[in-house]
Amino acid sequence: MSKWKMITDGLVKNNPTFVLLLGMCPTLATTTSAVNGLSMGLATLFVLVLSNMAISAIAPAVPDKVHIPVYIVVIATFVTLLQLLMQAYTPAMYETLGLFIPLIVVNCIVLGRAEAFANKHTVLESACDGVGVGLGFTCSLTVLGLVREILGSGSAFGWNFIGGNDGMLAFVMAPGAFLCLGYLMVLFNKLVKKN
Amino acid sequence: MAAKSNLVNMVAVLGLTCLLCSAVLGGAYALTKDPIDQAAAEKTNRAIAEVLPHFTDLSFDADKNCYTATDGGNLVGYAIQSEAVGFGGALVLLVGVTPDGVVYNTSVLSHAETPGLGAKCTTDQKFMSQWKGFNPTVKKLSVKNDGGDVDAITASTITSRAYTLAVENALNTFAKVSEEASSGAFARAGSQSDAEEEASSETINEGGLNNE
Repeated sequence: MSKWKMITDGLVKNNPTFVLLLGMCPTLATTTSAVNGLSMGLATLFVLVLSNMAISAIAPAVPDKVHIPVYIVVIATFVTLLQLLMQAYTPAMYETLGLFIPLIVVNCIVLGRAEAFANKHTVLESACDGVGVGLGFTCSLTVLGLVREILGSGSAFGWNFIGGNDGMLAFVMAPGAFLCLGYLMVLFNKLVKKN
Repeated sequence: MAAKSNLVNMVAVLGLTCLLCSAVLGGAYALTKDPIDQAAAEKTNRAIAEVLPHFTDLSFDADKNCYTATDGGNLVGYAIQSEAVGFGGALVLLVGVTPDGVVYNTSVLSHAETPGLGAKCTTDQKFMSQWKGFNPTVKKLSVKNDGGDVDAITASTITSRAYTLAVENALNTFAKVSEEASSGAFARAGSQSDAEEEASSETINEGGLNNE
């Protein structure tokens, strides 16, 4: 399997949100706007690439019975690292996403890729997989955030095009998240199956 | 693939992983501590500059969470940190009050309101601008639903109420602070003008209480 295919697989065939249905908690909770979705996606991408690489490097030396605790410690380290860096250099973004950053530790995408891919492949291949799945997650979250922002607040990436605050509020809240996710999933799977 | 498990290598690998990870995090913490503190201080300073007119000196009273701003010895105003329970948790405001008891401006320090609804208290221009120059002796400090003069954010009455309550708390603190300040000055100087100032601050105090 070529490196390029590993990246595109993560975007389409193994798209974490629309195909694998992994990481639903941050997906539903943070996509109130396109920018929030994008930042959450990028934060997860960062953790995913680094943890995939680290885990593929140490996997052969890790005894089978303790592999989950070891992986979790590694993932938690990268998440905490990310949290400290964001707090220091992007405080505004940290404020918006603050609550959800620690939750990346338990995002099943990260541990899922470690278990299903990284511990059987080389460091480089695992990095490619991390980039692919991370980008897939980022794109899905951005699209979902964009749709909800357009319907819910009448703006796109913070740019308000209806000149007021009179969007359909339900789409900013939880019910709208489920509705949008459901319809986007239908659309995505219909388009992908056609090809 | 993975190594065969026995007690020795399990303890060794898990222990080593934890040791290495804590070392990395300890280092990262030490490196980011200064920038994090700096970012927090910058944020507070920016908020103070936003809620008060131009000032040169600042002193902080930790008991009352109140910053006193002066410009060349003249009192410019107080920036008072106050808190109320909003829809999603604590809503922390910084309220700038000029010596005459009028709100100069307000700024949200932290909140946990619903995005798209209560979180608009940080972006809704119409809601935010009404606090500029809000005079509690002229306008009634409660939202319009409750018979006051504060325009609530659409569909976020609870957040708007909390915001109003936080401003009210800040004004109560202001009344205490200014009373103390003027009575202190009165004790020191004992001049007629100070006595007048004290009287006027008491009036403001009463005005604040009436609004409760």
